[in-house]
Amino acid sequence: MYDVLIVGCGITGAAAAMELSKYDLKVGVLERENDVADGTTKANSAILHAGYDPEPGSLMAKLNVRGVALARELCEKLDVPYDPCGSFVLAFSEEDCRTLETLLARGKQNGVPDLQLLSGEQARALEPNLSEEVKGALYAPTGAICSPWEYALALAETAVKNGAELHLETAVTGLSPTENGWEVATNRGTFQARYVINAAGLAAQAIHEMAAPHTFTIHPARGEYYLLDKSEGTRVSHVIFQCPNENGKGVLVAPTVHGNLIVGPNAQPVAGDDTANTREGLDFVRQTALRSVPSIAFRDAIRNFAGVRAVADTGDFVIGFAAPRFLDLAGICSPGLSAAPAVAEYAVELLGEDGLSLTKKDDFVCERHRTRVKSMTPEEKQALIAKNPAFGRVICRCETVTEGEILEALHAPIPPRSVDGVKRRVNAGMGRCQGGFCGPRVVEILAREFHCSPLDIVQDRAGMWILACETKGGTGHGV
Amino acid sequence: MVYDLLVIGGGPAGLAAACAAWESGLKHILLVERDRELGGILNQCIHNGFGLHHFHEELTGPEYAGRFIEQLSKTGVEVRTDTMVLALTPEREVHMMGAKTGYRVERAKSVILAMGCRERTRGAIGIPGTRPAGIFTAGAAQRYVNMEGFLPGRRVVILGSGDIGLIMARRMTLEGAKVLACVEVMPHPGGLNRNIVQCLNDYEIPLYLSHTVTDIRGRDRVEQVVVSKVDEHRNPIPGTEMVFDCDTLLLSVGLIPENELTRMAGIEMDRRTNGAVVYENLETSIPGVFTCGNVAHVHDLVDYVTAESEEAGRAAARYVLEGGAKGGPVLEVKTGENVSYTVPQHIRPQNVENRCNVFFRVREAGQESEILVESEGTPIARFARDHVAPGEMECIALPKVLLDKAAGSLTVSVRAKGGTAQ
Repeated sequence: MYDVLIVGCGITGAAAAMELSKYDLKVGVLERENDVADGTTKANSAILHAGYDPEPGSLMAKLNVRGVALARELCEKLDVPYDPCGSFVLAFSEEDCRTLETLLARGKQNGVPDLQLLSGEQARALEPNLSEEVKGALYAPTGAICSPWEYALALAETAVKNGAELHLETAVTGLSPTENGWEVATNRGTFQARYVINAAGLAAQAIHEMAAPHTFTIHPARGEYYLLDKSEGTRVSHVIFQCPNENGKGVLVAPTVHGNLIVGPNAQPVAGDDTANTREGLDFVRQTALRSVPSIAFRDAIRNFAGVRAVADTGDFVIGFAAPRFLDLAGICSPGLSAAPAVAEYAVELLGEDGLSLTKKDDFVCERHRTRVKSMTPEEKQALIAKNPAFGRVICRCETVTEGEILEALHAPIPPRSVDGVKRRVNAGMGRCQGGFCGPRVVEILAREFHCSPLDIVQDRAGMWILACETKGGTGHGV
Repeated sequence: MVYDLLVIGGGPAGLAAACAAWESGLKHILLVERDRELGGILNQCIHNGFGLHHFHEELTGPEYAGRFIEQLSKTGVEVRTDTMVLALTPEREVHMMGAKTGYRVERAKSVILAMGCRERTRGAIGIPGTRPAGIFTAGAAQRYVNMEGFLPGRRVVILGSGDIGLIMARRMTLEGAKVLACVEVMPHPGGLNRNIVQCLNDYEIPLYLSHTVTDIRGRDRVEQVVVSKVDEHRNPIPGTEMVFDCDTLLLSVGLIPENELTRMAGIEMDRRTNGAVVYENLETSIPGVFTCGNVAHVHDLVDYVTAESEEAGRAAARYVLEGGAKGGPVLEVKTGENVSYTVPQHIRPQNVENRCNVFFRVREAGQESEILVESEGTPIARFARDHVAPGEMECIALPKVLLDKAAGSLTVSVRAKGGTAQ
């Protein structure tokens, strides 16, 4: 019997799990995919928003501003790539300038610190590649960027280190109330829990409706992106937004913590988790971004992707008890990544008010360290390789990722089960050749470590097979 | 110790360069290779057709590499495999890391850049659709089939008619896969004509010129690929869609020289070749740093890589033993009509012994063509060709006597025979 069972291990579920693992509780997390952070969390703008966008008084406003303050500390403690680079909202017209005034006023009401209006010249002085058409900008120094999947992974790993139990490839199929909580049916058997938290992202409406009457509708909104080579990584040094419109915060141009340039998203209503890219969507993203930064060299693109945000029709995050002992954390679209730790705090507060006994553990561990050979000094590299030669063997040449780092990830609290799982943990395959060279090496290492055939290794989700069969000559391994 | 020469890359370019430098008298040479074995990409090219020019016989890729590996083993060249070069400074300091050697910084009097190239990926060309497993660059698929012993799919569409894609069309077919189509966005094939014949026609694999992939479908694994005809601006024409049921899409859509180290050192680059700007002796903008093979410009045949790299090796030896290049005028080599790039981009006639080879590619195919070299508007040389094609590299040898007479710049252009200078 779990005290709390969380459905979904994206950024919200992971944050909730970590927050709950501070207390003397039996916590479980059910994730239908073979890895954490495999839905909306892995495919978004990777921005920690300052918090001037949401309507004052909304949950989004309150939790966004609190969330980014918590994120800064968490990313440092948990060794998550994070860069407080600040953000700009650009104005191209008088009307846009009035929008900036509105955003400034909203930001002040929301408690966003140090917001500042800049002229076009001031903006270009800080960010020389901005268009000459820029008339003004709202500068938010507390805007930041991070690695969203590593953030979620770090939170989930911390939860696991502190006793939470993660069940991967476990999809919830039904919920029935019991005398003192819920019975949760899954493809891997039945779980009992006193409380259930619904952090199922795009599936949150479906999970909600297994437990309670319909109260909100999730409208999936797809956003498409370009990721550009590191040669474009310094095109801008802040997150560059345009004025928000009815479709959200619009197309942004931003550096990533990995040194690339990210451009996107558009916003298209889709059915379910349709993450396909479209020619029209990519054309729109490219043309819109060039309005902000005309010199972006799209010929240096290395990847396109799309993510789907779970937008609720309520216009705000949906956080609250939908049924006795069933807590929704739903409709967590942007600024969900920014708000996550605050959402988790708030969720625990609600559980406490509902009668869940909250006794803090005195042995809670909130630290994490990952070996990043690339960023070490030559002396540190030398010392590390002397101790373990695997840290000298470069597997991913574009991102300089060593076998040692891959092996370390395989022995972490939540080891990867796929090639992309390795990529999300150590960046192998994230670079300009997109795994063309290191893909086969990673497959080989995974097969060796899992004691299985390379034929059993998947790209990402279960079912994403890479190799069909042995060749006529075979692998020669049996000879 | 300061090495006479440090060669970065142990593929065909690095091997030939190191051997030639040794034969030219350099004694302290270090060759660094990131893979576990020497030979580079040749090791996975198990088909034949290599060496017709250089050895006058037909070899497989591993045989061709083997010849040079054997030759190298008879020299005193020091070899470090499984070692990745992480940085190159303008002062010719080379930072490298390996499991056996740890992190080392080596200094050298001369450096040859021979890092080869990588394949363009889906992201570089922005193919719309889902992102399932089953999309490989042709080279990655080749590695799985020829090195690892696995077939990466059973029903295959190939985008791009570059040589690796064509070779893999045949290879996958021989391994029992069904190759449904080879799709090329340009109106002409990207690879060698002999590969079109031997790898597609012989196996009745259709080649769709002026077509491209406009959608990829499938959630976990590729299920369908949509191919559309394109107009003269390479835009898909609605209504021309063909749907192929397949589990694999191979990409052979171009090669990109791996010049990250070159850029790091601050060496001047050429946006047309994606390689360094070089002089007649393959020397870059940093004296004593040379470049050759596919990192300098993408070649069609390894034989030409060998010839160019031997030249770079000899040039590095001359640099170390005899001192830097002689002064005097510098001719800029410009691209004229129907020429997409040239190597070298600069020629110092004083440093040319008998003749200087100029490599280039045409933008559009043509029959009965003439290559015209002009200096500041005055024709100085003409060369006839029965046939030119973008997939096939062209080479002309310019005699020193002509170069000595030229001034300012040289312009190379290709036009139909009998055409006049414009």
